[in-house]
Amino acid sequence: MSALTRQRLSLALIWLALLTMPYWMNAIGGYTELGTRVLVLGLAAMALNFLLGFTGVLSFGHAAYFGLGAYGAGMAIKYLAPSTPLSIVIGVVLGTLAGAIIGALIVKLRGVYFAMVTIAFAQVFFFIAIRWNAVTGGDDGLTGWHRHALNLGFGKIDILNNDKAFYYLVLVLFAIAVSLMALLLRSPFGRTLLAIRENERRARFLGLPIEQHIWLSFVISCLFASLAGTLFALLSNFIDPHSLHWSQSGNFVIMAVLGGMRSFWGPLVGAAIFVVLQDYVSSHTANWMSIIGLFFVLVVMFFPRGVLGMLRRKAKS
Amino acid sequence: MTQLLLFNVFNGLIVGAFYALMALGLSLILNLSGVINFAHGGFLAIGAYLAYTLIPYVGFWGALLIAPILTAMIGLLVERFLIRRLYQRDPLYSLLLTFGLAYILEDGTRLIWGAQSLPYVIPDWLTSPLSSEYFFLTGYRLFMVVLVAVAVGALFYILSRTRLGMRIRAGTADLETVSVLGVNVRLLRNLNFGLGIYLAGLAGVLAAGMLGLDPTIGSTLIMPSFVAIIVGGLGSLPGTLLGGLLIGVVSGITTVYFPSASEAVMYVMMGVVLLVRPRGLLGEEGRLQ
Repeated sequence: MSALTRQRLSLALIWLALLTMPYWMNAIGGYTELGTRVLVLGLAAMALNFLLGFTGVLSFGHAAYFGLGAYGAGMAIKYLAPSTPLSIVIGVVLGTLAGAIIGALIVKLRGVYFAMVTIAFAQVFFFIAIRWNAVTGGDDGLTGWHRHALNLGFGKIDILNNDKAFYYLVLVLFAIAVSLMALLLRSPFGRTLLAIRENERRARFLGLPIEQHIWLSFVISCLFASLAGTLFALLSNFIDPHSLHWSQSGNFVIMAVLGGMRSFWGPLVGAAIFVVLQDYVSSHTANWMSIIGLFFVLVVMFFPRGVLGMLRRKAKS
Repeated sequence: MTQLLLFNVFNGLIVGAFYALMALGLSLILNLSGVINFAHGGFLAIGAYLAYTLIPYVGFWGALLIAPILTAMIGLLVERFLIRRLYQRDPLYSLLLTFGLAYILEDGTRLIWGAQSLPYVIPDWLTSPLSSEYFFLTGYRLFMVVLVAVAVGALFYILSRTRLGMRIRAGTADLETVSVLGVNVRLLRNLNFGLGIYLAGLAGVLAAGMLGLDPTIGSTLIMPSFVAIIVGGLGSLPGTLLGGLLIGVVSGITTVYFPSASEAVMYVMMGVVLLVRPRGLLGEEGRLQ
């Protein structure tokens, strides 16, 4: 089997699995909402990986943009208008705007320092969410709103009460988002990002505007992360301020690493494993933090290439 | 009003001293080994809880002496068996590792000592106010300021006068050359890590007396320490010290006028510093890449 057919086959398998997920999720002990969560967090991890795996820039603060998307969407429905599409747009705009501003401030930093500044900046939004009680609901989270049925003009899709309908809405947006990311990575722009990842100094000598490219990659990554955030808020009809917390940023990074940073679909696989593990562990023991922490340590020590990285290596040898 | 302002400035100075102690340890490790130690807050909590456990046996002063040393020993072991393996790899991995460790340490303290806040007893003569007008000037607070000053003085003495300290500074500038000159770099990094964790443990013992004991004590103090490092300037220890004190005081002053922004103001400051002077207040040029 040639590499190309294998690639096409696995792509077809991924989409088939995603399309039919609500129908076999219950049979293996899951539930539709869990599948939606995998998809949403997978999108966030893939968005992060656009930056991490394909530009080589370590952002450890993506919870900020994810959470801003979530708060933007929730607040739009609560205070503005009961419209699901509008809430998504507002959440994405909010997250992307924040990404553009913060990105411009930090684009000159590199490596471990970039990571540290992104971590620290992400905390601003966490504190705003916690302290601005009147608007954000503070520590208790933003409640008192829910997603609304989609009005298509000729009919309504009840995504509020029908879990499966909402899953397919998320899947459509997910498909659009990942297709856009894949297209971007194939474009000359995406190739330039890979060049920066491989050797920044050489790329600079070629006359490429490195800072502009990294900034743009950061903003694109924030855009899709905030899209995932809006969907996450709509999924639970509630926003926990901890979706802005630095622990959430760490979770995104571990999803990307666990699945395989160097492969496009890796973060989705990582998200699936992580979400299912977290769901299982947190419902079975109060000490889930230790177990998740131990999981981090084990992945770093023994599994740094991630699932898809390992598979690919096996296929090559 | 002046009294309130003074109170908050002084309070900010003390909190800033904690940030600075934490951030100095973080900076030491970051500069020499390129590791962002997310678990630093976890080590701080360990130091605090160890002191709590030790006080009935060795008293307040004994605990102050022993608990940070025990914490540093745990740090040495963690470096030896976990972090050391990751120096050759992308900084991403050590970051994720210490991130996981932070989870484990926080949950571990909760498991051993319970999730509730615990009372931390300090000697009576330290708790009474020194003057009735400036009620906030208790002996303990003054004592903390003095102790932090002594600790920071000792740290800078070690770094500038002893062989170990000179090697740490040399290694920060150029680790490869130091290694070629016959210094055992593995041991150096190990000891340096231990020194950083010692500072975290010490900060923990002091913070316990001021803020009370809580498993989340570490995770609330770690973010401001990052900010302190960035504001003060990457690669500069005096800068880190300055950054810590500065954000403590600014956040204290903000508490007077606009309490709900007391945390956010640090990050605004960080944004301004990055915009106006990207290398930080006392940072060396070219350290950023």
